[in-house]
Amino acid sequence: MRTLKYLFIGILFGITMFKSEAASWFRIYEMFRFEAFHMYGIIGSTVVLGILIIQAIKRFNITSFYGEPIVFTPKAKSVSRYLFGGFIFGLGWALAGACPGPMFTLVGAGFSPILVVILGSVFGTFLYGLVKGRLPH
Amino acid sequence: MTLISDPWPWYISGPMIALILFLLLMIGKNFGMSSNLRTLCTICGAGKTSDFFRFDWKSQQWNLVVALGAIIGGFIGSQFLSNDLAVAIHPDTIEHLNTLGFKSAGASYLPTELFDTAVFTDVKGLLILAIGGLLIGFGARYAGGCTSGHAISGLSNLQWPSLIAVIGFFAGGLTMVHFIFPLIF
Repeated sequence: MRTLKYLFIGILFGITMFKSEAASWFRIYEMFRFEAFHMYGIIGSTVVLGILIIQAIKRFNITSFYGEPIVFTPKAKSVSRYLFGGFIFGLGWALAGACPGPMFTLVGAGFSPILVVILGSVFGTFLYGLVKGRLPH
Repeated sequence: MTLISDPWPWYISGPMIALILFLLLMIGKNFGMSSNLRTLCTICGAGKTSDFFRFDWKSQQWNLVVALGAIIGGFIGSQFLSNDLAVAIHPDTIEHLNTLGFKSAGASYLPTELFDTAVFTDVKGLLILAIGGLLIGFGARYAGGCTSGHAISGLSNLQWPSLIAVIGFFAGGLTMVHFIFPLIF
């Protein structure tokens, strides 16, 4: 049953990524040229609502649908890994015009060349695993 | 029905993503799509070469199901919920893309120059897609998350590291679009 719920959430997410045009290379390019509010509106409104949701969960001790406590794992403190890793990610995000969520959405939308991006990103993840120990974190 | 078949404005899209974040939290999970790339590496046997991939991938099976859903959602969104796939980006953006050689700007969902199947016989196009993917995968794991893990989950939870990561995302994206694009297109 839980699997079906994950599938449903994923479908909702995929439809939203496609219909919001957040999965469009053009929208990402436009965002990095500051020529439209669209992407900023999407990310901004998501974060504002997300902050309210998470604050409400913490303040009112809201438990999950299964009655379990909702756990938030704080991100490890560091600057270099986030800044350098983020920078590298940003280069790829602008070049391929898709981030890891929309990548999957575009497969379903029938754009087969996105598979090259996905293969590249799996290989990039693998490379990171190989050189991880030699990078500043 | 045009409410659904037209592109969704930001004030519908943003709350929808927040709803997805909420549903995942209420089901006891955290929103983060790039973890799936690590899981895929593990499934392909990357654990033989690095500790980083030695983990019980079945614990991440749920996230692969979300990704599968995202694929199905893309199919539904493009086949049944859209009439016109052209993305109405700003006229200045279109004009600029035209000067870079992207003739499909403003007329399609993705640039046909990179995402038409003709790219499979175009070495430059293939390299752009592969290198773009490589940077995304490497950077996301190095930063410990991507747009969903940092920009959405992390910022929503007021995590400083996520803010640093998002600043990094934008620094990288701006560098690519403003300094590297003129060199490659």
